[in-house]
Amino acid sequence: MTGAKTMFKTKIIIAAVAAMVGLASLPAQGAEGGAHVERQNWSFAGIFGTYDQNQLQRGFQVFREVCASCHGANLMAFRNLSEPGGPSFSEEQVKALAAEFEIADATAEGGVRAGVAADRWPSPFANDQEARDANGGSLPPDFSVLAKARGVTDPFPTWVFNYFTGYQEGGADYIHALLNGYHEEVPETAPEGFELAEGKYYNDYFPGHAIGMAPPLADGSVTYTPGEDGVTVPETLEQYSTDVAAFMMWMAEPHLVARKQTGFVVLLFLVLFAGLMYATKRKLWAGIEH
Amino acid sequence: MSEHSTYTPGTAVEKWLDDRLPVIRFAKEHLMDFPTPKNLNYWWTFGAILVMCLGVQIVTGVILAMHYTPHVDLAFNAVEHIRRDVNGGRIIQATHAVGASMFFVALYIHMFRGLFYGSYKAPREIIWILGVLIFILTVATAFMGYILPWGQMSFWGATVISNIFSAIPVVGENIKQLVLGGFAVGNPTLNRFFSLHYLLPFVIAAIVGLHIWALHVPGNNNPIGVEVKESRDTVPFHPYYTMKDLFAMVLFMIPFAWFVFFAPDILGHPDNYIMANSQVTPAHIVPEWYLLPFYTILRAIDFNVLFIDSKLGGVIAMGGALVMLLIVPWLDTSKVRSGTFRPLFKWFFALFAINFVALTYLGAQPAEGIYTVLAKVCTAYYFLYFLVILPVLSRIETPKPLPTSISESVLGKAHA
Repeated sequence: MTGAKTMFKTKIIIAAVAAMVGLASLPAQGAEGGAHVERQNWSFAGIFGTYDQNQLQRGFQVFREVCASCHGANLMAFRNLSEPGGPSFSEEQVKALAAEFEIADATAEGGVRAGVAADRWPSPFANDQEARDANGGSLPPDFSVLAKARGVTDPFPTWVFNYFTGYQEGGADYIHALLNGYHEEVPETAPEGFELAEGKYYNDYFPGHAIGMAPPLADGSVTYTPGEDGVTVPETLEQYSTDVAAFMMWMAEPHLVARKQTGFVVLLFLVLFAGLMYATKRKLWAGIEH
Repeated sequence: MSEHSTYTPGTAVEKWLDDRLPVIRFAKEHLMDFPTPKNLNYWWTFGAILVMCLGVQIVTGVILAMHYTPHVDLAFNAVEHIRRDVNGGRIIQATHAVGASMFFVALYIHMFRGLFYGSYKAPREIIWILGVLIFILTVATAFMGYILPWGQMSFWGATVISNIFSAIPVVGENIKQLVLGGFAVGNPTLNRFFSLHYLLPFVIAAIVGLHIWALHVPGNNNPIGVEVKESRDTVPFHPYYTMKDLFAMVLFMIPFAWFVFFAPDILGHPDNYIMANSQVTPAHIVPEWYLLPFYTILRAIDFNVLFIDSKLGGVIAMGGALVMLLIVPWLDTSKVRSGTFRPLFKWFFALFAINFVALTYLGAQPAEGIYTVLAKVCTAYYFLYFLVILPVLSRIETPKPLPTSISESVLGKAHA
């Protein structure tokens, strides 16, 4: 074996694969004009990330009591709320929850019926035009995959590291930042000559800064039930926005926990298997000058 | 390389089969005993890795097609349905999407290996040409596949790229309408792209068959580029290279799995999680990363040349960048195959590789300021490399002395 040289060549090959994979990950051009989005500590980040069940339940409460009056979530079925890895409400809770909603159903008597667990979350408006009319011309986007439809653009070299850390929480970070990014008046940091249109609100993180959504959350606007052990969670904008962003991430990626758990086993297997394969290959080739 | 057969049917049944359909003989000669140079390095494993990639894409793709609906109103939610409701769907879908990127990683490395070691030179021109055809078809297949999730970037990418057909004089507009099935990207486009996206991989697989067939006539090139002279220069493909290729495949699956399980969306664009909307244009329309080098070349031509306007010029440049690869065997006339023994070529090749990375990077940047200048410089070098540098180097360069045989080179290394 020509150890040193082979090692060197192998390193070049590994470097080439890494470089190509790096290229594969060129930063997508993101929302311009937005302030730098602070990264939050998400329980679902990283290779061992899992959702915090209590946080998802709180996030669901914020979603239901505040967001859902304008935003739909047409890919989320009630039954998803009781599935493992998510908010994990009990099936009874979900059935009772679904029954509180009226579902439009042309085959039911009178055109409506009570919801069942298999139903999707009903939209607050009959169609996009109705939604616009009710919101000063702005269309509240559906929440189903919104947490993955938003992202953060990192400068070089941060985005390079993202491939190695598997940073996939840009959407949640953005949503959290957006909810905390409102100003009552146009701040001095606004772009020069910025004029806020009638019926719009200034937000640091929204592309173009003029957002049609009024600040949806404020300290104390949702009342959290204390846990059975009497533990309370602060009823602050910061807390609400974190909880609802986590909930939205779950809604967009409901099987994240199972995916990461499988991935850990798969990677562990592949690394061990590769090691065994390498040993076998070496042994096989040991007698061959090459 | 298979003048004399190594197969003798062992049993009456094998004999009977061998007289009628000699599949076992074929497998024995071509998959097992095939004499392969013993000095191949790990760059040579990407051929096998690519076969694996194609297999992964076809298997995952067939499963995805069982759950997908090619209709503008249903496609976006159909993909979400796969991610959410189909058993293991999130992983199958992610494998297919990440698999496309990994396919191109391997494809580019495989092609650059061929370019460095002169694997396209006589008598292997047809192998190279078939390879270029596979590459072009893979680009087309990947492009059409990216339309299917029917997100914003799918829609607008298709709109931008299909527009290049309209640059062709006289018939351009008609060709564009034929491709799209209408005046703009819509339901007919989605349907025909889905149909072709399912068809083309099998065409690719067939050409891969020809590619390997053509390879098995002269046998493999190797890192020193000196042809096999005697049997001690080679080892049987099995078990030596089956084992080495399998190891390389498993190694390649590690970054592959990393993306599938821990960052399945990082190679995509967040905008593709917004359903296609012809009324809303995304701030930046960026094709998938593997198309970026050619996208840069397309955009670099932003000036008119005589009667050719910039749009047509860009299309000619981009098409030329691909088609030119077909004639590389006749542009590089150096008798020495391997770049290792070409002192000048080495440097130009290294620059070409860096230049290609730069073209990729520039494709993701806005076409403004310094980026447009750099794009022009890099595009110019891409063409100069093939059209000027390779032919000229072939004439002026004095290559280093070649080893007389693979065995000599291997032994020389061992004692060095």
